[in-house]
Amino acid sequence: MAKQINVALIGNPNTGKTSVFNALTGLNQKVGNYPGITVEKKQGICKLPRGVKAHILDLPGTYSLNASSIDESVVIELLLNKNDKDFPDVAILISDVENLKRNLLLFTQIKDLEIPVILAINMSDRMNYKGISLDIPYLEEKLRTKIALVSTRRNSGIQELKDLILSYKTIPTTPCLDSSAIDQEYFDRLSKAFPNQLVYKLWLVITQDVNFGKTERKEASIESFKTKSKSDLKRLQQKETIKRYQFINNTLKVGQTIDASKAKDLRSRFDRVLTHKFWGYAIFAIILLTIFQAIYDWAEYPMDLIDRSFASLSEWTKMTLPEGAFTNLIAEGIIPGLGGIVIFIPQIAFLFLFIAVLEESGYMSRVVFLMDRVMRRFGLSGKSVVPLISGTACAIPAIMATRNIENWKERLITILVTPFTTCSARLPVYLIIIALVIPEGRIIGLSYQALTLMLLYLIGFGIAVFSAWLLNKVLKIRTKTYFVIEMPNYKLPLFKNVVITVIEKTKSFVFGAGKIILAISIILWFLASYGPGDQFNKAEELVTSEYATQNISEEDLHTKIASHKLEHSFIGITGRAIEPVIRPLGYDWKIGIALLSSFAAREVFVGTLATIYSVGSDEEETIKNRMAGEVNPILGGPLFNFASGISLLLFYAFAMQCMSTLAIVKRETNSWKWPILQLVIMTAFAYIVALIAFQFLK
Amino acid sequence: MELTLADLNKGEKGIIKEISSDQVPLKLLEMGCLPGNEVELLQLAPFKDPMYLNINGSHLAIRLEIAKMVIIEKISNG
Repeated sequence: MAKQINVALIGNPNTGKTSVFNALTGLNQKVGNYPGITVEKKQGICKLPRGVKAHILDLPGTYSLNASSIDESVVIELLLNKNDKDFPDVAILISDVENLKRNLLLFTQIKDLEIPVILAINMSDRMNYKGISLDIPYLEEKLRTKIALVSTRRNSGIQELKDLILSYKTIPTTPCLDSSAIDQEYFDRLSKAFPNQLVYKLWLVITQDVNFGKTERKEASIESFKTKSKSDLKRLQQKETIKRYQFINNTLKVGQTIDASKAKDLRSRFDRVLTHKFWGYAIFAIILLTIFQAIYDWAEYPMDLIDRSFASLSEWTKMTLPEGAFTNLIAEGIIPGLGGIVIFIPQIAFLFLFIAVLEESGYMSRVVFLMDRVMRRFGLSGKSVVPLISGTACAIPAIMATRNIENWKERLITILVTPFTTCSARLPVYLIIIALVIPEGRIIGLSYQALTLMLLYLIGFGIAVFSAWLLNKVLKIRTKTYFVIEMPNYKLPLFKNVVITVIEKTKSFVFGAGKIILAISIILWFLASYGPGDQFNKAEELVTSEYATQNISEEDLHTKIASHKLEHSFIGITGRAIEPVIRPLGYDWKIGIALLSSFAAREVFVGTLATIYSVGSDEEETIKNRMAGEVNPILGGPLFNFASGISLLLFYAFAMQCMSTLAIVKRETNSWKWPILQLVIMTAFAYIVALIAFQFLK
Repeated sequence: MELTLADLNKGEKGIIKEISSDQVPLKLLEMGCLPGNEVELLQLAPFKDPMYLNINGSHLAIRLEIAKMVIIEKISNG
């Protein structure tokens, strides 16, 4: 069998790089992280003709080899390290046809590293539409490469690209311009000192601030070559950029003709409305409103179905399997636990569907543009909008998405406040409590319940922004501001890309968070089903004798025994111990258990209550019905009433209850200080707000 | 007085003359903001900040403070 060909996909953001990756690999891909850092690493296998396989690595998008973020430095580190197992045999530079000029800058840089590069010109279906024509043979000769015209939308050019990968050895590795001419004397000295190294590679090592780790330790002596001052180096980099553009301009003058009269300009027509000083904001608000209404209304049906199916499955298991501890574990621990995971899938899928569509269409950049000025007032950046919006799915990818904020202070503040935005793990908690305490009914077509949900999202967002403002005043960090954002063309989102994103994110939730939820559900079941001493083990006799004189039905007696048992189980004892702390918030010890366990992950809350309430219950009931039936032991009346419900909602809105988020914050800020501050301040704040709410409303 | 990108009005075009400061990120240059290139102001957010520009075919948004560091010459319309 032939050796696998290592292929790296490189390109600017917004060139459809991921579409090409999806077209080459299909669902044959896996997403992980680069070791030690949280940059997403996407790789896949592509089957080529004659039984050859190619390993495709989708590198983070970058505009050049001069890195200004961790994501970008991943690209450089790989291309400079021949010993890396992913070092490409051949690179594919993905360019979009409308921005060929800018994309070729990166192309010429990679050529200087003497790596064979295929130029894939994507979105070629737009050429006619934009009046662009290309002289491919001329460009191939000048750029010393092979070109594939690709359109992932029309599904054309992919086969040609595969053929080019197969014959990568025929692609020239010579640079297409002599960049060392910018300072011949300096570069001559460099190459004399390190005769075995490529001079451009040395230049990159000198000019980059990125940490090259182990890979470049050999070149440590290169430090001595930083003879030039920082600003001299920068001027030289500017000269280099100008030089590259001269070459590119000359090449494209002949190789590319653009007939502007044929170009149809949809972009400016859309932009006139979508970035308008008034309409831009109005449309953004409408889009947000639609998303929330949709998540609430559309997701309700599959969620109800899932809830009921798991309840019946649990019942069926109990009836079918022989009685015993094992059956109980399945019916009361594992099945409700699994139900607590599966029930989130509709909402997570919907949310990522919307986020994927907004990103793919190019609209997200307009939001950044619209919001930058507003956000800056609060010490954030327009780019913080994307993390804050993705934070509505999950804080973890959102915090990772802060990486393209170049300014450290703005980035740190964004990281610290993102967990306030309403993540999807809070959603089930909100949904079930809203269903219990907020009356049904509609006002101008919007249900009260949907409006409450939207209000909670707004509160989360508001507190995030407010604490950002506070942090901006408190934190004493001085940094330079960079803010350059590309405004990509509007595109109809590709169905395939959207679907893959939705599947990918849902999967990572089910298998990532799901594992924790299931494990905790099982532990909880155990703790709720066993207890120490006579109070638990002889519960049946104790309760029976207590009610012996009273006329009590068989059924009531059964319930009394079950709740007596639960009260004296391991979990009951723990819950009772913390009850004094949470009673002022309107919670009983059962909610206390759910609160405690949801510090591992918020979504555990519903699963926990489901597990606690299903222990000892014989009837087929949904989680919601069981919760509605709970009675407040001290005040009487339903446990989940308006006051305690609002108090719980607010507690969940503000408390920092997610171990995974804390871990990510630690990793991204490289310090325990920030996550610990987050945990303490957010939780204390949540407690106080919930306390005030309950005391005020009860 | 020298004109900068910040002096452009919506719809106006100019030619980049010089980049006056080391503070301008390299990234902006790499995206095509280089002396000699044409630039058009497409849209302004409220308070003229950020500015949405077409520089040499690249569509970018930059903040006012950076725009002030790029010296230009206006091209009269028509």
